[in-house]
Amino acid sequence: MTEFGVETRADGVGVVTPEGRLNMVSARRLREVLVGLVERGTSRIVVDLGETTFVDSSGLGALIGGLKTARQAGGDLRVARVSPAVLSVFELTNLDRILRPRPSVDGAFDD
Amino acid sequence: MNLRLLVVRVIVVLTALLGVNYVAWRWLVSVNWDAWWIAVPLVVAETYSLVDSLLFGLTMWRLRDRDTPPPPEPGLTVDVFIATYNEPIDLVMRTARAAQAITYPHRTYVLDDGNRPEMRRAAEAEGIEWLTRSADWAGMPRHAKAGNLNNALLATEGEFFLILDADQVPLPDILDKTLGYFADEKMAMVQTPQWFENVPDHDPLGSQAPLFYGPIQQGKDGWNAAFFCGSNAVIRREAMMQLGVSRYVGEVELGVHRALRTARAVLRQARRSVARDDVVVREALDSIAREVTEARRAISGGAALYDVTYRFQQRVADVRRQLVAADLQTLQSDLAAIAELEGIGADPDLVFADVDEGVLQQLAHRDWSPLGAVETVQALVEAVDVDRSGEAQAIMPLATISVTEDMATCMRLHGLGWRSAYHDEVLAHGLAPEDLQTMLTQRLRWAQGTMQVMFRENPLVQRGLTIAQRLMYFATMWSYLAGFAALVYIAAPVVYLTLGILPVSALSTEFFIRLVPFLVVNQLLFWVVADGRPTWRGQQYSLALFPVWIASVTTAFGNVFRGRSLDFAVTPKTRREPQGPAWHLVRPQLWAMALLVVAAVAGVVRVATGQANVPGTAFNLVWVAFDLLIFSVIIQAARYRGFAPVAGVDDVPEVADDDHTSPRTTDRTTDRTTEGAS
Repeated sequence: MTEFGVETRADGVGVVTPEGRLNMVSARRLREVLVGLVERGTSRIVVDLGETTFVDSSGLGALIGGLKTARQAGGDLRVARVSPAVLSVFELTNLDRILRPRPSVDGAFDD
Repeated sequence: MNLRLLVVRVIVVLTALLGVNYVAWRWLVSVNWDAWWIAVPLVVAETYSLVDSLLFGLTMWRLRDRDTPPPPEPGLTVDVFIATYNEPIDLVMRTARAAQAITYPHRTYVLDDGNRPEMRRAAEAEGIEWLTRSADWAGMPRHAKAGNLNNALLATEGEFFLILDADQVPLPDILDKTLGYFADEKMAMVQTPQWFENVPDHDPLGSQAPLFYGPIQQGKDGWNAAFFCGSNAVIRREAMMQLGVSRYVGEVELGVHRALRTARAVLRQARRSVARDDVVVREALDSIAREVTEARRAISGGAALYDVTYRFQQRVADVRRQLVAADLQTLQSDLAAIAELEGIGADPDLVFADVDEGVLQQLAHRDWSPLGAVETVQALVEAVDVDRSGEAQAIMPLATISVTEDMATCMRLHGLGWRSAYHDEVLAHGLAPEDLQTMLTQRLRWAQGTMQVMFRENPLVQRGLTIAQRLMYFATMWSYLAGFAALVYIAAPVVYLTLGILPVSALSTEFFIRLVPFLVVNQLLFWVVADGRPTWRGQQYSLALFPVWIASVTTAFGNVFRGRSLDFAVTPKTRREPQGPAWHLVRPQLWAMALLVVAAVAGVVRVATGQANVPGTAFNLVWVAFDLLIFSVIIQAARYRGFAPVAGVDDVPEVADDDHTSPRTTDRTTDRTTEGAS
């Protein structure tokens, strides 16, 4: 089962780290985690994909769903440390143009 | 029928009659039920030995001394395979050069399972071809030597192949003398003896198997059951390929049936693990359940497996596509909402790729499928297919169910109606282990391999084999159960001499009249069939290695039925110490000998003090003396310091590698030394 690391940094940015496979089963959990963060006032979120080995279409859906929620709350969702395998799924769907992967978690909200 | 065979048959009949007469009398009349705890084990052990003797008699019934085969037709294509894993390069090259020098035209291959660059350089420098596993094997079960050969079979093309272990140096005429047998179109395999040149005449480690590579193989040959022994054998490729294909079909059928049978339970389990409100996943699982039902119905209706699995995979692919399409649709509407927020809706470049067929298909591919989330279901879906995805190659001609691939392979060949032959002439000179530890590991492996086959593919129930063939295979397996009988044969005289308890109701004249003639004809049978070949070492080791035989049965049982490693409970691997005898390797035997000696002393004391009678004690003392004589071989073996060649024989290389995992000493087969020797 995929584990999620969730922390809120001092600058108010929430960092979510899914470990392992982000798939049909775990995507639901991710969506809940993201919605939960926004509801508690953290609308700037970095999803750290450095520990994620696999993303399927449900995983993509959860990320975009999170993006929508964050934007609606006036924040943003960014992805960082995307592995080549996961990046290929992003590229396949042109999602990399919308969710531009950032190289590091710390610098994800620098621009 | 020649005179020798006539004599053999007369003695076989006599042995059977006298043996059955004795053991029947033992069961019916002479078991001392008051001391059942020793009496029953003894009569069971005696029955075991009788069955062993009967199977040996059956083997000898058709002792077949083949005539010289015709010379081979010219123009046959032959490959010579030298299987190696980690043996010294020099040792392999010595064999490879001899293989190259075989006179019948052929191609020589070194099959290097160790994938060693230096091995490759050495072989190719002398124009010998070098092969290692293909990329298909990455991450797949390797199956040791069987896997190595299976890999080679798909990379080469000769009509026949000769298999040699790295330390079996062939003589130049090995193919000229054996290919002729294949004039018989149903001949699949010709085995020649394994004989070792680094063994002194008194053969302290029992390395040579003169009875097995001789009368026993010849006897099995008479029933068309000559065994393949892993090395020094020539095999017809077509037979192996046919075997590979038929096994493939059989295993795919088995795999699909098993998967469909367990499918409902798997799906139910998966459904339980999914959250109640996760309707999408639940519906997907329900769709798969429907497809499983459909597939089962189609198969029981006689539809071809290939079509059923194809349809099933197509339908599951549809389910995957629906899942992905639903995801993408949600994604799309989310993106539209975002675009509205940002006001980028008009920029066509930023519009998310439309759910075009290409994207959908890729995301719905097996490897990316959302169904992968439920791993058990994914595994189930993969199992309902014909690609045998858990193995490197769909076609695996050499059996992989046992660490001794040869016996199982040969049995399957016989099951398909192929013939085998045993050619009783040494055509390769091999090297045997020179220390007790390596020898014990090797015997344990052979025994374990044989037991694995007995548990996994018991010859008695294999369709396609004749009754006699089944018994020939079973005889070898049966002989490895000798360890348990040995325990009883040690315990019985000890119990009598120390406690005065007799497992037989009376040591009467009748007892001796029934027992002694049986023992005499049994030995006579040995003497006649051996025809001057030494058999005593084999007889000794069949009892003296009782701890090895017992360990082989228990570890193979644990392996086959409990999934344990075969190395479970194996002697710890300590390095060979050249300083002194390896007593630590034979502790159980030394204890047994000590126990026998103490019991003998106790017996004499009891007679002297009038607590025991003279005839009973005398009989048991003779028994003890016989046991000690049997076990004395262990002392010799533990003290053995390796082969010292006689002057003039100096080209035997040193093979003192201490690596007991080497296939040279563990994956190799044959020398069923225990057989027919008890």
